[in-house]
Amino acid sequence: MEHLINIFVKSAFIDNMVFAYFLGMCSFLAVSKTVKTSIGLGIAVIFVMAITVPVNYLMNKYLLLPGALKWLDPEFANLDLSFLSFIMFIAVIASIVQLVEMVVEKFSPSLYNALGIFLPLIAVNCAILGGSLFMQEREYETLSEATVFGLGSGVGWFLAIVSIAAIRERLKYSDIPKPLRGLGIAFILTGLMGIAFMSFMGIKL
Amino acid sequence: MSEVKEREPLFSQKNLKLLTQPIDSKNPITVLVLGICSALAVTVKLKPAIVMALSVTIVTAFSNLIISLIRKTIPNRIRIIVQLVVIAALVILVDQLLKAYVYDVSKQLSVFVGLIITNCIIMGRLEAFALGNKPWPSFLDGIGNGLGYGLILVIVAFFRELFGSGTLLGYRIFPLEWYIKNGGFYENNGMMILPPMALISLGIIIWIQRTRNRQLIEK
Repeated sequence: MEHLINIFVKSAFIDNMVFAYFLGMCSFLAVSKTVKTSIGLGIAVIFVMAITVPVNYLMNKYLLLPGALKWLDPEFANLDLSFLSFIMFIAVIASIVQLVEMVVEKFSPSLYNALGIFLPLIAVNCAILGGSLFMQEREYETLSEATVFGLGSGVGWFLAIVSIAAIRERLKYSDIPKPLRGLGIAFILTGLMGIAFMSFMGIKL
Repeated sequence: MSEVKEREPLFSQKNLKLLTQPIDSKNPITVLVLGICSALAVTVKLKPAIVMALSVTIVTAFSNLIISLIRKTIPNRIRIIVQLVVIAALVILVDQLLKAYVYDVSKQLSVFVGLIITNCIIMGRLEAFALGNKPWPSFLDGIGNGLGYGLILVIVAFFRELFGSGTLLGYRIFPLEWYIKNGGFYENNGMMILPPMALISLGIIIWIQRTRNRQLIEK
């Protein structure tokens, strides 16, 4: 249990998707103008992350890794399909996003309206694919580890986008040099927040 | 008497513009805010940045070309999945080539090669350009955008490697005798190697570009 909590804290704070790896930057900068929309997108990311990472973990373990197809036929023991992982992961993500969208629409129309257009947009959010690829690269051993990693990364992304949206709402009242307004200051702000987040790096888990 | 339809020259004014515009006034990173995701993490050293820029240029150009060739046969509803499959196939090719010929760089880039798939520049150009234009202009548009992306990447990587490690492409620029530990006056700026400095350098690049080109200033 303690091990799982460690993975969660590590993926949410120390290896934060936005500040340590710059993943999901496009939507991070485009949607962080108000706190309300950023909360919507943040929740959608947590949701999709926590589902796609474990599913891709299973795909990786039972279809792609060297010898993974042994359960089908002992003849396939030498087969290594790991070069197909990009196409596999992106297809899984695109279809799960579609599936999640339909399920949410059916069972919780209010949540569906709140998430709005963000759900389909998530299919091309690099943080989601990045989560699956990091899961593959770091070789998590069990399904629960992969799930916790996905959840933690999603929460880290959520915290990042909500905090920058809060700051950007306040920026309206400050006197910024004209050429720096908008995009420029958003970049510098993200950089400064990244420096603040680096204080977590000293923590060894 | 046959009427010869006048053909547009291969590098007409219009086509050249497609190639040069994305480098400055329509730059994908600093103006359209596309493809920042995978751009910044690979700019600690110049070499991976150049490799990444080349890979993205190739993938953008060829996915633009392929999608533009089949643009009339793609049903509108499933176009995103078709686009993703074309991009993913090209990225797998690039990834395998990198692993075969520049293995050390491919290790440094780690997951970021895979993330070219979700690089918004590629999707953005497919949606905005390739779906509505002929193959040759689309190809040029892809190369132009790849170069615009690469230019920013190389500028950021240049400064980060120079001030962060005192080298360029692995060759030493600041001699070792300059360093304080060898009795000199110079110390590397360790901040430059850290991820946040990539964002701050990019912010400054945007600042400089918009000071020069006032039309780009946001309200």
